[in-house]
Amino acid sequence: MSTRLSKGGRLIDRSKPMGFTFNGKRMQGYQGDTLASALLGADQMLVGRSFKYHRPRGIVASGAEEPNALVGLGQGGRFEPNQRVTTTELFDGAVTESQNHWPSLDFDVGAVNDKLYKFFPAGFYYKTFMFPRAAWKHVFEPIVRQSAGLGKVPTARDEDRYEYAYGFADLVIVGGGIAGLTAALSAGRKGQRVWLIEQTAHWGGRAPVDGVEIDGKPADEWVRTAVETLEKMENVTLRLRTMASGLYDHGYLLAYERVADHTPGDGRPRHRLWRMRAGHVMTATGAIERPLSFAGNDVPGVMLASAVRDYVANWAVSPGDRTVIVTNNDDAYRTALTLLEAGLAVPAVIDARPEAKGALPEAVRARGVRVLTGHGVAKVKGAKRVTGVSVCMQAGEGAEIETIACDAIAMSGGWSPVVHLWSHCGGKLTWDEDHAMFRPDPTRPATGADGAAMVTAIGSANGMLRAADAVADAHMAAGSEGTAPKAVSAEEAPMSPVWIMPEGAGPALRMKMWLDYQNDVKVSDVQLAAREGYESVEHTKRYTTLGMATDQGKLSNINGLAVLSDALHQAIPATGTTTFRPPYTPISIGAIAGEARGEIFQPLRKTPMHDWHEVHGAHWEPVGQWRRPYCYLRTGEGVHDAVNREIRAIRNSVGLLDASTLGKIIVKGPDAGRFLDMLYTNMMSTLAVGKCRYGLMCTENGFLSDDGVVARLSEDTWLCHTTTGGAERIHGWMEDWLQCEWWDWKVYTANVTEEYAQVAVAGPNARKVLEKLGGMDVSKDAHGFMEWREGTLGGFRARVYRISFSGELSYEIAVPASEGRAFWDALLAAGEEFGVTPYGTEAMHIMRAEKGFIMIGDETDGTVIPQDLNLQWAISKKKTDYLGKRAQERSYMVSPDRWKLVGLETLDGSVIPDGAYAVADGVNANGQRNMQGRVTSTYYSPTLNKGIAMGLVKHGPDRMGEVLDFPVDDGKVIKARIVDPVFYDKDGEKQNV
Amino acid sequence: MGMKRYSAFAIAKGAMSWHQNWERAWRSPAPKAKYDAIIVGAGGHGLATAYYLGKNFGITNVAIIEKGWLGGGNTGRNTTIIRSNYLQDPSAAIYEKARSLYETMSQDLNYNVMFSPRGLLMLGQTEHEVRGYKRTVYANNLQGVETRWIGPAEVKKLVPIINIDGPRYPILGALYQERGGTARHDAVAWGYARACSAMGMDVIQQTEVTGVKTEGGKVTGVETTKGFIGCDRLGMVVAGHASVLAEMAGFRLPIESLALQAMVSEPIKPAIDVVVMANTVHGYMSQSDKGELVIGGGTDGFNNYTQRGSFHHIEETVRALVETFPIISRLKMLRQWGGIVDMTGDRSPILSKTPVDGIFVNCGWGTGGFKSIPGSGWAMAELMARGSSPLTEEFSMYRFREGKFIDESVAAGVAH
Repeated sequence: MSTRLSKGGRLIDRSKPMGFTFNGKRMQGYQGDTLASALLGADQMLVGRSFKYHRPRGIVASGAEEPNALVGLGQGGRFEPNQRVTTTELFDGAVTESQNHWPSLDFDVGAVNDKLYKFFPAGFYYKTFMFPRAAWKHVFEPIVRQSAGLGKVPTARDEDRYEYAYGFADLVIVGGGIAGLTAALSAGRKGQRVWLIEQTAHWGGRAPVDGVEIDGKPADEWVRTAVETLEKMENVTLRLRTMASGLYDHGYLLAYERVADHTPGDGRPRHRLWRMRAGHVMTATGAIERPLSFAGNDVPGVMLASAVRDYVANWAVSPGDRTVIVTNNDDAYRTALTLLEAGLAVPAVIDARPEAKGALPEAVRARGVRVLTGHGVAKVKGAKRVTGVSVCMQAGEGAEIETIACDAIAMSGGWSPVVHLWSHCGGKLTWDEDHAMFRPDPTRPATGADGAAMVTAIGSANGMLRAADAVADAHMAAGSEGTAPKAVSAEEAPMSPVWIMPEGAGPALRMKMWLDYQNDVKVSDVQLAAREGYESVEHTKRYTTLGMATDQGKLSNINGLAVLSDALHQAIPATGTTTFRPPYTPISIGAIAGEARGEIFQPLRKTPMHDWHEVHGAHWEPVGQWRRPYCYLRTGEGVHDAVNREIRAIRNSVGLLDASTLGKIIVKGPDAGRFLDMLYTNMMSTLAVGKCRYGLMCTENGFLSDDGVVARLSEDTWLCHTTTGGAERIHGWMEDWLQCEWWDWKVYTANVTEEYAQVAVAGPNARKVLEKLGGMDVSKDAHGFMEWREGTLGGFRARVYRISFSGELSYEIAVPASEGRAFWDALLAAGEEFGVTPYGTEAMHIMRAEKGFIMIGDETDGTVIPQDLNLQWAISKKKTDYLGKRAQERSYMVSPDRWKLVGLETLDGSVIPDGAYAVADGVNANGQRNMQGRVTSTYYSPTLNKGIAMGLVKHGPDRMGEVLDFPVDDGKVIKARIVDPVFYDKDGEKQNV
Repeated sequence: MGMKRYSAFAIAKGAMSWHQNWERAWRSPAPKAKYDAIIVGAGGHGLATAYYLGKNFGITNVAIIEKGWLGGGNTGRNTTIIRSNYLQDPSAAIYEKARSLYETMSQDLNYNVMFSPRGLLMLGQTEHEVRGYKRTVYANNLQGVETRWIGPAEVKKLVPIINIDGPRYPILGALYQERGGTARHDAVAWGYARACSAMGMDVIQQTEVTGVKTEGGKVTGVETTKGFIGCDRLGMVVAGHASVLAEMAGFRLPIESLALQAMVSEPIKPAIDVVVMANTVHGYMSQSDKGELVIGGGTDGFNNYTQRGSFHHIEETVRALVETFPIISRLKMLRQWGGIVDMTGDRSPILSKTPVDGIFVNCGWGTGGFKSIPGSGWAMAELMARGSSPLTEEFSMYRFREGKFIDESVAAGVAH
């Protein structure tokens, strides 16, 4: 059984016990435990079920590479599925549950799949479940989906918060083992800004467990001193519980700090996602031990040899009372020694190599342990827990020689450097024949913008598996500043690659040799993929799902591609690896979203009058990141009624619109006029100071992209109004042309949208309201239509534009944003006697439609040119060029068959639904119904008391009076007549008064 | 040639022999000296083109030449969404053809591609977006594409984990295509490759085309890393690298390549049955049969071929989806990647004859590649066999010269 030893455990504090539950059962661990060590300490080896066969799964590793031991952690708004117990620190009161079984962990109905394993080889689902056709969606897929997936779905809103942070460093060293610490010491002494980050809660990595001595001191002691030294360096930042998740172009490094996972609910953000810019990155990310492929290597109790000694040394937990070691290298003998020192039994070491004569094997023999060289495991005994191991010759086919009773097996197939970060940005690997591993190829690193290496791998991550080499490598890579630390560890004889145990295993055994424990991919599956022609490593991965589990193949990939290479009779480097993608280990989606949720999910832009609107019944409409009042609801009033009331008020008296969101861009400079002549279809350079002109902007392809009123403020300054949604886009568009194409033109632009509050005062009584405010002369003679004037109104500094989007007498008044709210209040007071009515966007839309004014985004959709909208009058004929001009001359653009703007009036006065199409006779070559037009804007007009619409119709302007059919919902057809799009005040008398 | 049929019975039989006797899904032949037709690019589109050349037109002396491994480009890097709720007639026609072919693909190919018409929602979150989608519904109804507009209550019923109430962008309804859904992307390439191979076609992997040979304005074959291979007709179906191949044949194509970002979460039990696209906030999500949430977002703002993930779009997308589906906050991102999308000036594909007699080009699918595979192959095969196809008529490469764009940006801000 697994148990807590009575003494030892370098990471636990026995004076601080912590209670937790697993599947409702109360258990106890200590501060410093991981959930994994605490579970093992409570004899809970069985912790889950596998993905496909629902096989019992135990803890196999002690770190980020763990594929099996995933649990649901927490409750309610703090529940999280798929938590890896080996990297989760224990906290008092933790509630955990196992996953992927029904009805219980011990008795799982899904395990019937395991009995039928022969019928579920790799890719079986591609070959079946095809008949009858509907059965996939209605029968098979629901079954597959229900039995797949791992953890439960969270049901409550996340109770935690997350934050972003930003970091900058000359050097980021990833991994706080002895290599990382050594590099940090050297780089720190050189005065570089250094960040050293470590994913676990402890410095030192494996060295303290592996019995390394540095500078004559035990590793623990050296690490303590090194950390103290680094803490004193002002230029060095140390962060524990921080994992480098991904490396991107230009030294952009993402680091995931688990701030409060071990102290939930303490008020701190749960995770912090660091976006770092690193001058250089060193990966001191260590190496991961490989499992061995023997039959039954997935039975709970079979663990990595390094993990077994971690549990004993770090947490004083023994995975088993009698542990058999299976290995192809000397390193695993350290595990035997650790177990023996803890007083545990090691019945045998099974070593696949013909001989084992290094210092470590000799030390183990000296303790009286049987060492069976040239042997292998034929089969593991036991189902939910190892009960023994049957031994065979490694060179044979698996004939059983003897059975050794044991309750744990510690296996080691050698080590693989962690090369993920090295590879994320294009670093290449080379195959190291001696250690049978891929390691970073120093001649082909990821490069930065300057073409120099952006990443250096150091220590065991660089293939330096011996402590002495790792430390020397790190010291040199970081500039060899100061004395090089000297590490000493036991000598090791060469390992010998073993990809299948025993060598001659037949199909029955190979179907029981697991490569990917979580996804249930076995040696036989990879061989089947190769046999069927899925020869590329990517094909094999995708066909078998090898390496696609939550551990992303940290344990399985190398073993899998060795098996594949063997099946294809090619060398391992010829097979290559799959792509290493970020993140290194999964990071919480909450951390990626950060604080951006709810009201502040996106920046909320507010006009100076926003709060007034809020209090006065604004029915909000999001427009870009702004919110604009769609209308103002009075008590008991519906939206439709409010809109109609607002329109009537303006048509009859006066209304106020908060137009502050309209884009306002200053364009200034000696070449500003020339620039605007290129940007707009109209001529802007000839506009007189003091005047306004309505302008159109097109894309290079000729399509109308924005419109607005341009005012010339001075000889070299223009103010361009854009649509609310278009301000940033148009400003960017201007800069794009200025910076990339016309970089020698002397033009400056500034987006001043938020500098001004702007109010439209519209309606027959508009002038009276302004006169009541008092100040500048707003009479017709002093201030004509399409002119602007500066002065004061009611004591406010104001720039007043006489323009109209409603068709009424109208002034748009800009005041400094800081005075916007006061000005708004002053207008309300001045307008009180005229029943001044604030109005929203919908009233504005309807009034412009009554006037036949187009709206960007309604009449335009990226496929419409100004000519389609009968806007030829706004296109200068004098200019030789403007953006879009040449495009508009292409054959299809000048075709008479283009759909053109008309008004539409239903025969029965009803409102045509938005987006309806007018049909023509017959169908096209693809059997689609022919169409001849569509509705672009459609409203009920309270002014005219009927439905009005605008639309684009083939040959429309030539077909006035014709009636079109618009099929709408439920087989209904609406008939509408083609009319002039100007429904109200056709001669424009009202806006000119 | 022929192939052994796949079935539950075949698997049971395989089990008796420890699955030692399965034949190769596709042969791995050496190239012949000449073929009636060569398709360059063994992705979904190239393989489908070859398949329908054989199936619909009896042209089976065909080679499909692939630089890397078949299905290794965008076919294996997308978010597997299938829909045909496009706005413009030519798009709706070809995407609906594709969608309808997906319905029977598993049976047609005898390879389970797991087409799952689970339904697809495009959320309307602003008045403007609602109007756009209603327009699409009307257009679709006239185009023979089944879509409808549904209200927020029905959205909530279809997607219980959705947050209807905002606060920033409350859900006002959705464009619903009930027969849209997903399929297993790799299986589509594998199924076509197997069927092509069974018809006697040669799928030639790990072979790069290095030159295009023409004589008197007509194609005669291609130079490859395995030597010259002759042909009468040549189909270029290589997505982002189409412009490189075109240059070898002496003409230019208006294609730009951009990285499109995507990611998956760790697998969980069934959480969402339909595909949801939220274009206002920029993100879309579905759940694979394996249990992973498959999430996609925007394209990088600069041209490149790196196939690497960049992070800022992932951030934007994840924020949008946490807002839309608050429960995903406590899940984890398992893997992110970038796929390269080949974009034309109007974001619609090119299926076209070219200035060189006998050369046909199929590219520019941008973000719509996976969903269109069978329709694209069907139409391209007709174009190559007959010289014209009603489905490809409007997708000529010359349309940019005329200004006859097929612009779908109207219908979807984030396309997918």
